[in-house]
Amino acid sequence: MSRLGYLPLGDHLAVSAEPMVRAIVRIPPVRWALNLLGHVTSGRGLVIAVPYVWLALFFLIPFLIVLKISFADQLIAQPPYSSLVDFAEQGYVTLKLNVGNYLFLAEDALYWKAYLRSVQIAFFSALICLVIGYPMAYAMARAEPTWRSVLLMLVVLPFWTSFLLRVYAWIGLLNNNGVINNALMALGVIDQPIVMMRTNFAVYVGIVYSYLPFMILPLYATLEKMDLTLLEAAEDLGCRPFKAFLTITLPLSMPGVIAGFSLVFIPALGEFVIPDLLGGTETLMIGKVLWDEFFSNRAWPIASAVAIAMLSLVLVIMSFQHWLERRAAAAR
Amino acid sequence: MTGSLRTGILIAGLVLLLAGCGGSDEASAPAPAEETTQTDSAPPAAAPAGAPVAPATDGEQVVNVYNWSDYIAEDTIANFEKETGIKVRYDVFDSNEVLEAKLLAGNTGYDIVVPSASFVARQIQAGIFQPLDRGKLPNYQNLDPEIMQILAGYDPENKHIIPWLWGTTGIGYNVAKIKERMPDAPLGSWDMLFKPEVLAKFKDCGIALLDAPSEVFPTALRYLGLPTGSQSPEDLAKVEALLMSIRPFIKYFHSSQYINDLANGEVCLVLGWSGDVFIARDRAEEAKNGNEIAYFVPREGSLMWFDTMAIPKDAPHADNAHRFIDYVLRAEVVAAITNYVNFPNANAAATPLVNEDIRTDTSIYPDAETKKNLFPNVVNTPTFDRLVTRTWTRIKTNQ
Repeated sequence: MSRLGYLPLGDHLAVSAEPMVRAIVRIPPVRWALNLLGHVTSGRGLVIAVPYVWLALFFLIPFLIVLKISFADQLIAQPPYSSLVDFAEQGYVTLKLNVGNYLFLAEDALYWKAYLRSVQIAFFSALICLVIGYPMAYAMARAEPTWRSVLLMLVVLPFWTSFLLRVYAWIGLLNNNGVINNALMALGVIDQPIVMMRTNFAVYVGIVYSYLPFMILPLYATLEKMDLTLLEAAEDLGCRPFKAFLTITLPLSMPGVIAGFSLVFIPALGEFVIPDLLGGTETLMIGKVLWDEFFSNRAWPIASAVAIAMLSLVLVIMSFQHWLERRAAAAR
Repeated sequence: MTGSLRTGILIAGLVLLLAGCGGSDEASAPAPAEETTQTDSAPPAAAPAGAPVAPATDGEQVVNVYNWSDYIAEDTIANFEKETGIKVRYDVFDSNEVLEAKLLAGNTGYDIVVPSASFVARQIQAGIFQPLDRGKLPNYQNLDPEIMQILAGYDPENKHIIPWLWGTTGIGYNVAKIKERMPDAPLGSWDMLFKPEVLAKFKDCGIALLDAPSEVFPTALRYLGLPTGSQSPEDLAKVEALLMSIRPFIKYFHSSQYINDLANGEVCLVLGWSGDVFIARDRAEEAKNGNEIAYFVPREGSLMWFDTMAIPKDAPHADNAHRFIDYVLRAEVVAAITNYVNFPNANAAATPLVNEDIRTDTSIYPDAETKKNLFPNVVNTPTFDRLVTRTWTRIKTNQ
């Protein structure tokens, strides 16, 4: 950094320029800019910049556009919303923000009911995933090392088929004339088909089935890395296996539980495809409400407000999860 | 520990990304299948030699058409390409809402889109379409003036839209299952769908309604004897009360699912669109599953709807679009489409060319008596639209 101060005008000048340059470099915005420049120009910086550019392009900018639309008025025009900034006469620039869209969400019971229902469905789906996924991840982590990669592969294998196709396959399974009902009726277990399609049950089946790998993978990652000598020590000291599991394995796998839970909970919260294909008419989820606002009402501003409100909800949940994780880390 | 956790999340994230890609692949899959660009089309300048002065064309010999799925004859595009040397890039959609969202966002790249007339009025107001150049449409005269009169209600002076096909909203049913449960069922009347004591008999075999308040509310208004274009909240409340009285018997609300379900016996009574019910009928016949499907337009009167061709303002090949529209306006071309998809067309000159069994089937081509009772959709104000959607959500979710 000190070389920066020297100017090719002779020793005297160079010395006096140095403190000045130092002072300038210390001004925060300049410092940040230089730091950023330093990072970007180094090879390591370039590698780090890629995800930032990615996030800015595909998350930040779209988010800002949605945020902008959420403050606009609905119009019959192309595009169907007003612009926020107006260049009026005499050089005035006016910024018009319509918070009415957010107030509207608060006024109508439909929206909070839908949010509540989505949270409920997402929460129970994540819980069911945990109950099913934990033993699976545990068995995988304790399997022979040669088997582990095969089992891991089997968990990921369904992703080779399109998600949409797999959800469609459930229609064929759950229908009144579907595989399950036909098999049960052929076996004489039932004589009337069990109604499963277009119920909340079908939505749970679809979500749990689709998101189970997201629960298993982080759980497996924590369980596999666990120090097994701890369990040996517990056994040596006369602890029963079940108690050892409760006091050692379970607390140590908490980070995986939390990560898996949020990886299922968050996408399930905004899920649209599964409730639309498998759900009944009484399945009121926020994804469907958003679809209706955007497509049926052409209310892009309200739809954007619904999306922003959902994002805020997710942020609250995520910071809670972050807090849990840090507390778990501190406890260790 | 956190390191391994991160790896786990990373793996899951990657998988999620992969899954996302899979999903979008699936969503866009139908398009290439329907595209005909792969078909061996003639080189650009292959307009038949010795043809009269060629009509105006754009520099690029392409026209991008965005139409409903299953809505064209097998050879319509191939013949157009052979004749004009213009390549047709044919893409399909299955909902007006999706089409409209694309159009409102702009820059679709489509030269011809086929929205329903009830959506068109608002789209014209939003300035999405360009006026048609009648000089480039010599076959315009083939159109049925009576229908163009009705369309003027959506598009004053018929400046922007040309009908593709039209149809009715009515009742589709499984003949045997209805007869078995209620030998004296009030077939031919809206009682079939709006009378709770009738519906109660069919609850077990499945009743489905279109997931479109713009179809259900006007028909319910007609059943109640109220003006079908009513925009009064009081009338809407009466419609809501009527629909809530039949709500317990309805299995689901969906605008396309019923086609398959009617064919394979998952449902036995639907409020549906004429052509879609005929598709269900044909599928059941093909599957030989013993389901006989029939359709009627209730005598109290029902909705008629129109799907119409329009050229977006930013269409890159407007001249080619006009040529394609004029081609479809030819009697023999649109008659072949009707013969293939079982929807009537609005082309008076084409009617004699339509197969006799279709032309004389009053459930497809309504007779004068039925036609008198058909009415078009009206365009709601945005405020009333919101009220309608809100009411509809309440009915659907049964709250």
